[in-house]
Amino acid sequence: MRQKTKEQTIETDVLVIGGGVTGAGIMRDLALRGLQTLLIDRKDLCAGASGGNHGLLHSGSRYISSDLHSAIECREESTILKHVASQCIEETGGLFIAVEGDDPGFAENFAALCEPAGIACDSISINEAKKLEPSLSDKLFRAYRVPDATVDPFRLALLNVAHAQIINNSSFRPHTEILLFTVKDGKIESATCRDNRTNTTLTIYAKQYINACGAWAMNIAQLAGCKDVSLLYSKGTLLVSHDRLTTHVINRLRPPGDGDILVPGGTVSILGTTSIRVDDLEAVRPTVAEIDINVREGTAMIPALAKARYIRAFSGVRPLLQSASGSDDREATRGFALLDHSTQNLSNFCTITGGKLTTYRLMAEKTCDLVAERLNNNEPCQTHITPLPDEESCKWTEPGASPKYWFKANDPEDMILCECEMVPQSAIDEIIKDAPGAEKEMTLTAIALRSRAGKGPCQGSFCGIRIASYLYDQSHYHDKTGLIHMRDFFNERFKGTRTVTWGLQAAQMELAEALHCGLLGLDNINDD
Amino acid sequence: MIEEDRHFTAELAVIGTGLAGFAASIFALKRNIKTAQIGNTGAVAYTTGYLDLLGSLSPDYPTSIEDPWQGIEQLKSSHPNHPLCRIRKTDICTAFEQFTSFLGECGIAYTPPGKSNLSVLTPAGTLKPTLCIPSTMKVGSTAFSQKEPCVIIDFKGLKGFSGRQVVANLKDKWPRLSSSRIEFPDMVTGEIYPEVMARSLEVPATREKLAKILVEAAGDVKIIGLPAILGMHAPDLVRQEMEQLTGLQIFEIPTMPPSVPGIRLREMFEQLFPQKGVILVPQQKVDKLEFIKNGAQLSLSDSFGPITIHSKSVILATGRFLSGGLKARIDGINEPLLNLPVTQPDSRREWYREKYTDYRGHAINSAGIEVDSSFRPLDTRGQPYSRNLFAAGVILAHQDWIRGRCGAGVAIATAYKAVEEVEKLLR
Repeated sequence: MRQKTKEQTIETDVLVIGGGVTGAGIMRDLALRGLQTLLIDRKDLCAGASGGNHGLLHSGSRYISSDLHSAIECREESTILKHVASQCIEETGGLFIAVEGDDPGFAENFAALCEPAGIACDSISINEAKKLEPSLSDKLFRAYRVPDATVDPFRLALLNVAHAQIINNSSFRPHTEILLFTVKDGKIESATCRDNRTNTTLTIYAKQYINACGAWAMNIAQLAGCKDVSLLYSKGTLLVSHDRLTTHVINRLRPPGDGDILVPGGTVSILGTTSIRVDDLEAVRPTVAEIDINVREGTAMIPALAKARYIRAFSGVRPLLQSASGSDDREATRGFALLDHSTQNLSNFCTITGGKLTTYRLMAEKTCDLVAERLNNNEPCQTHITPLPDEESCKWTEPGASPKYWFKANDPEDMILCECEMVPQSAIDEIIKDAPGAEKEMTLTAIALRSRAGKGPCQGSFCGIRIASYLYDQSHYHDKTGLIHMRDFFNERFKGTRTVTWGLQAAQMELAEALHCGLLGLDNINDD
Repeated sequence: MIEEDRHFTAELAVIGTGLAGFAASIFALKRNIKTAQIGNTGAVAYTTGYLDLLGSLSPDYPTSIEDPWQGIEQLKSSHPNHPLCRIRKTDICTAFEQFTSFLGECGIAYTPPGKSNLSVLTPAGTLKPTLCIPSTMKVGSTAFSQKEPCVIIDFKGLKGFSGRQVVANLKDKWPRLSSSRIEFPDMVTGEIYPEVMARSLEVPATREKLAKILVEAAGDVKIIGLPAILGMHAPDLVRQEMEQLTGLQIFEIPTMPPSVPGIRLREMFEQLFPQKGVILVPQQKVDKLEFIKNGAQLSLSDSFGPITIHSKSVILATGRFLSGGLKARIDGINEPLLNLPVTQPDSRREWYREKYTDYRGHAINSAGIEVDSSFRPLDTRGQPYSRNLFAAGVILAHQDWIRGRCGAGVAIATAYKAVEEVEKLLR
C-alpha cells in the first residue's frame, strides 16, 4: 500500500466499507486470494448489527418455519465455522422448548420441519430437558435438542482483520467515514473520506469498491448514485444478565417472537429480542418498554429471568431486503443480497447486505468471487477450509479467558485493571500495540471493544478510571483528552445500562455517578 | 455460641452509619441525648474525606461555584424544596463547625467551614470545590492557589494513582507541577494497597525509610503531594513527623474510594463512639421498626442473637440505593424499612436522561422521602408518619447530592436539624 503526502491519499486494490464481520471476512478472503484491501469503518469494528446481536451461531432450526433457504445456509455455514473458527465458538447445543400457551401443533411438527433442511433435531423428554437445564419452566410440555452454538463476533472480526494484515499488509482504519465517491466513465475513481477523530479528509483510490455496511448499505449505495438497494430496518433489543443462567441456547418453540431466545455467552446470558421497524439508524438505543417485554416473555421459558440481575442492554438493526413482506420483520427473509450495480452503470462497485452473523463467511465468499473475477483474479475461495489463525492481541474478548492467561503468566507486576473481568495491564499493552485498529492514542471505548474491560457488573465504572490512569502513566495519554476519553467511555457504557438499572445495579450506578461526576467532575469538563 | 437476647434503651436511635448517621450521633452527644446507632458502616469508607456543602447549582448551571452560602440563597428561589434551603444558614454553619471540631478532638483535624469553597485535587488531576478538608490535604490546596513548585509522588505497584496523570491534567493551571515515582519501603514487588501502606506508616521505622526516599524524589522542590497513606489513626501526627524528617511540606490527595480518609473516619467512629457512650451496633441492618406508645422498637440480630432497642425517638439516615435506604425495583422506587411514600418520576422511563454526564442530572437522583418542617417523614396522607420519627441525609427528596456536590452538606445540615427537633420532642 502506497501512502502519498502525509496520509492524504491512499491507494489499494480493494476498498471495503463497513467493519462488521462481513467486511472483516471479505478482507481476509481477498487477502487469501492475493488481493490487498483497505477496510474502513465510520466508527469501529462491529459497531452495527455485528456487535448488536445474540452471538448465536444458528443451527438453522430457528428459520425452518419462515425461510427454508436461510435455514439450510445456516446449517451449512455453522458446520464450516465450527471447524475453521473454533476458537470463537462454544458448542453449547440448543434446546427448543414449548410452554403452556404455545401452539401444540407447531411444537409437534417441529422435527418434521427440520428434516428437509438437514438439521439434526432430537425430540427429548420433559425430564431430560429439565435435567439438562434445571431452570426451565415447569410449564414446559415439549422439547427438542438442536446443534445451536454461540460465537464471539468481536473476536471473529478481530481475527479476520489480523490475519489479512499478516497475509499481505491489508489494513483497517477505524472512524473513517465516506463523504463522497468520484465517478468517472462508469467507474468509481476515488472515495473521499473524513477521519472522524482528527476531522481531516483523505482520498482513497481503489480498483474495486465494496459496500458491506449492513443496515447502512442503502445510504452508501446512494452516495455512489445507486438506486437499487432498498432496505427496511428492524431494531432488536437484548439484555445481558449478570450470571449465566443456562448452558444451552434456549429457543422458544413457536414462530419467532419477542424475548424468545436466551443465549449463554461465557459468564453471562443474553435475552432477546424485540422487533420494531425504525427509520432512523442513528437513534437506535434500548427503551424501557422493550426491556420489560423481553423480561416478561423470557420469564415464560425461564422463570428466574423475572428476578435476574441484568447488567446491560443493547440494540442492533437488522437490515431487511425490501422484498420482504408480512407483519413481523422476523418472518421476512434473513437471506442476503449481493448487488453488482451493473444496472446502475458502475463496473467496480458492489453491495453486500442482509443476511446474518452465521452466514457472514458465505456472504464474504460470494462478494469476493465477484470482485476477484472483476480483477481477473482466478484464485478460489479458501475461507471454508483454511482455519482462522489465533493472534495474541485478539484473544482478550473471550469471556472468562483473561483470568486464565493471568494466572498462567503468574507475574506479580502485571496488575489487574478491570477487576470484574480480570483484565491485566499486559492485555492493555498488547491491545494498544498490536490489535487491529490500534492507534497512536486509543480511546477507552476502542480498548474496551478489544477486551472484556467494562463488560462485568460494574460496567466499566471502576476499570475505566484505572485503565485511564494506567494509560496516563504509560504516557499514552498526556493531557486532558484522557479525561474526555473517560467521559465518552462512561457515556457509551451508560447507553447499555440506563434501561436496566434497578436492584443492585441502581446501587452500582449511584456509586459510579458519585465517582465520575461527584468526585472527578466528568460532568463538567470542556471539549476544547 | 450461646445466643442471648439483648435489650437496649435510648432516647434516640439513629438508623444508618453514613455521614448523616454519624453526624446525628455527634450532635446528639453534644446535646447529651442518649443515643443508639445501627447500620452497616460501609458508606463512610467510600467518602473521600472532603466535606462539601454545595459545589454546583446543577441543574441550572454546569459550572462549579465558589461561594456555597450565596449558592444556597440562589437555590432558595429556584429549588425551595432542597433540604439545604429548609435550614437556617447559621445552623448549617454551626453544624459544620461542630462536626469538624469533633473530628479534630478525636484525632482527625479538619479545616473549619470558611466563606468560600476550596479547590482541592482529585486523583485524576481534576479540581473539586469543597468546604472543609482534612488538615493533611490543606497544603495542596494552598500550593495550588499559589502555583508553587510541587512534586506529586506516586508508588510502583499502587494502581489507580498516577502522578503523571495528575500533572498532565493540571499542567496548564499549575506549570511548576511535576511527578516522581518511588518504591514504598519493604513493598517493592507486586500490587500494594493504600490501606496497608497507611497502617505501615504508623511504624516509626517505615516513616524514616520513606522520608529518605521522599527527600531524594523531591530534589529542590519543597512541597510534595502523596496519595492519602499517612497513617490510619493519627494522620496529623504522621504528617507532622514526615515533615520534620524530610524538611518538606507534605499533603495528601485522596485515592479512589474506598480510600484511607474514609476508612479513617469509619474506624475512628467505631472506636470512639462506644467510649463516648453511644450504643453502636455496626455491620447490622434493622430488620423491623415499629412505633409504639411514646417511642419506637427496633429489632435486629447479629451473630450473638437478637437485639431489641427501645427508643423515644428515631432518625432515619439510611441513605439511598447504595446503602439500602431506597430500593429501585423494575416497577418503581420504595423505602423498604417503613414503606414510606417515595417522591419519584412517574415511570422508570424517566429515571435517567439519555446522556450519563448531563450536568442537569437524572430524575432518579432527586427521588426520596418527603419531610415536614421538623424533618418528620410524611405518610401517604401527607401527615407525619410518627411524631417520634425524623429523617436526615440523602434519602430526602428534592436534592441531587451528586450533581450538586452537596452530599456532606445535606448529611451534616439535616442531621443537625433533625437532632434539634429530637431534643425539642424529648425535653
